[in-house]
Amino acid sequence: MMTNLLMVGVGGQGIIWASDILSEVALQSNYDVKKNEIHGMSQRGGAVVSHIRIGNKVHAPIISEGTADFIISFEKMEFLRYIEYINNNTILLLNTQVIYPLSVTSGEAAYPNDLIEKGIKKFTKVYQLNALKLAISVGNPRVISSVILGALSVFLPFSFSVWENTIINRAPKNTSSINIKGFNKGTEVIKSSL
Amino acid sequence: MFTLLSGNEAFARGAYEANVKVVSSYPGTPSTEITENLKNYPTIYAEWAVNEKVALEVAAGASLAGKRAMTCMKHVGLNVAADPLMTLSYTGVNGGLVIIVCDDPGMHSSQNEQDSRNFARFSKLPMIEPSDSMEAKEYLIQAYELSEKFECPVFIRSTTRLSHSKSTVELKEKIITEEKNIEINPDKWVMVPANAKKRHIIVEERLKQLQIFFESAEINKIELNSKNMGFICSGIIYQYIKEVFPDASIFKLASVYPLPIKRIKEFLTKVKNTYVLEELDPFLERELRAEGLTIISTKRPICGELSPDIIKNIFLKNKNAIKNPYKNLPARPPNLCAGCAHRGIFYAINKLKLFVTGDIGCYTLGYLSPLNSIHSCVCMGASISMSHGIDKATGGYSSKNTVAVIGDSTFLHTGINGLINAVYNKGCSTIIILDNRTTAMTGHQDNPATGITLKGDPTYKLNFVELAKALGIKNVATIDPTDVEKCITILKEETNKDELSLIITTRACLYADRSVISNPYSILWDKCTGCKVCLKLGCPAISFNVEKNRPSIDMTLCTGCTLCVKVCKFSAISEYTTNDD
Repeated sequence: MMTNLLMVGVGGQGIIWASDILSEVALQSNYDVKKNEIHGMSQRGGAVVSHIRIGNKVHAPIISEGTADFIISFEKMEFLRYIEYINNNTILLLNTQVIYPLSVTSGEAAYPNDLIEKGIKKFTKVYQLNALKLAISVGNPRVISSVILGALSVFLPFSFSVWENTIINRAPKNTSSINIKGFNKGTEVIKSSL
Repeated sequence: MFTLLSGNEAFARGAYEANVKVVSSYPGTPSTEITENLKNYPTIYAEWAVNEKVALEVAAGASLAGKRAMTCMKHVGLNVAADPLMTLSYTGVNGGLVIIVCDDPGMHSSQNEQDSRNFARFSKLPMIEPSDSMEAKEYLIQAYELSEKFECPVFIRSTTRLSHSKSTVELKEKIITEEKNIEINPDKWVMVPANAKKRHIIVEERLKQLQIFFESAEINKIELNSKNMGFICSGIIYQYIKEVFPDASIFKLASVYPLPIKRIKEFLTKVKNTYVLEELDPFLERELRAEGLTIISTKRPICGELSPDIIKNIFLKNKNAIKNPYKNLPARPPNLCAGCAHRGIFYAINKLKLFVTGDIGCYTLGYLSPLNSIHSCVCMGASISMSHGIDKATGGYSSKNTVAVIGDSTFLHTGINGLINAVYNKGCSTIIILDNRTTAMTGHQDNPATGITLKGDPTYKLNFVELAKALGIKNVATIDPTDVEKCITILKEETNKDELSLIITTRACLYADRSVISNPYSILWDKCTGCKVCLKLGCPAISFNVEKNRPSIDMTLCTGCTLCVKVCKFSAISEYTTNDD
């Protein structure tokens, strides 16, 4: 068994935190895990991608093309950069929150709404949610990552108590209950859409 | 107990388990987190040094004093440390001394793609390369044993993918090491020619002994599977090969220098068609060919990183490779943050159309459109020396429209030497220290001008103005870099002088001092004419709304730096109120 997950989005969205939580949950659930992302210059508002691989024995910390089981896109267009990783069974979990790239904010380029429409059609299974709105609805716009993890948890074989403990251990002080609320909100929204 | 650690976190843990006493490093991606993580280990004295040369010398001193010592740096940092390195190979060590050098294949955050394995051969020192976090920790511990056994510094080589990947690590107890005293042995440590000649002979003999040692060392592993396809590799490439060719035989090298030639020869007799697969320079390949071994080259790229996909393409001519039809998406290049202290002065520089020698740090991003304010970037400290060279080459003419820009940490790294040189040689360049009170690009580390140590203790705080005075610089100005008008005035004044000028900016990085963040601003639609001057700042918080033909400010990103307010000629930007849309 091998599960390959790509978390993609924009620097500052909490992707590295979310991929840390997921990796820890998998380790606590007795799987081998490797994950990779590049930090450095990309932190400054650049595109961020985290590769997470979960299985009995994992070698490469990066996913090969055509083998992603999940693309978790923290931003509405970002999954388009990673289409070469998908196959016929890849699940797209899409946060519909929009963050404009610099070339769009400066008016040089248009936000690619048409391509997003086309790109979504390449997946047989797509689950969409607006994690920012859901995070605000539970009381804190900063818990986007927890909302997305809660949504993702519906598809993964890890128990809620492991997610809960890991988030409590890793969330900044005094934010663990709001993060758990956000997690539950994400789970609830996906379950009701199934 | 098993836990998930990045390669860098595992190196830090390894330093703890190996009973390392002193670590001195300068930050540099992808090596920074090794030393940064040592904050969490009270048994280790760890510090940010001003540069890699100093860091290695501090580690050498600790080794001379009989303690285990470490220094960690990025590949280009090793160039700075090369001077002590080459002679420390001669002196050898007392307490174990390990140098962790992190290469950056693919240049994710670097100015070149040099292969540090060449430094192992150059300095005649052993180099060990782990392939995951567990090995990162374990090999570091073994590197100390090796360093003390052979009395020489030992290199550990990492790459970005290893340093920044997380994998499982078994945590163990700290080992107990022999307590040594300071070594009083001038014949070994005083490298005057008479002593160095004797030490050179020892260096050559040691290298032979190291090779013999690695022939039987358990860290070099042979996995015999297929008799028709084999690989010789090291580091993260091992993991990629396991992924792509699970049935191949593999000679997995831990010692990338010197190589266990006899054992590799033996491997070649057992496996037909053995390839050498490595990233960057054909280092292993040349070493093996020099020994007359018959290995097969691959048509791999010399430039850039390898990956499982690239390896598949080399060997399997993967014709079904999936093409991404969306490669022309609006890019997200790294950008100066909304509210970045550097943006205002770059806007002023751009307005005056100055020629700018740049340096290494966040402000290198001033090169990007729309600021377009950097014309050279070579290495740490080069901005100042190169502007002095321009000044001298043009008889002072070009210095009227040239400025050097350098960050606080980079200035203290190797910029200060160039400044002293320019003052001494009566240069008349204009130098700007962009003091944002942190080493920002590598993730906000402290430095001698922040007044805080690596471990978080308050310390002496270097004062740039006083330093400039002490150097004898007459023209010293401090400016708020968000005050564009004043920046323009001062830049005009100082570049026109026939003497050297030093300008120091005074606004902190948002991440160094959160108090610089204030309420967000917004566009007043009735006053805005759509002139787009605010967009020339390249601020990520300001975007252009095509339908309304007006810019708008994202209040979740705006940090209230007021730079856009200052450049707006129509007073169309004001503090956000809930009445705005």
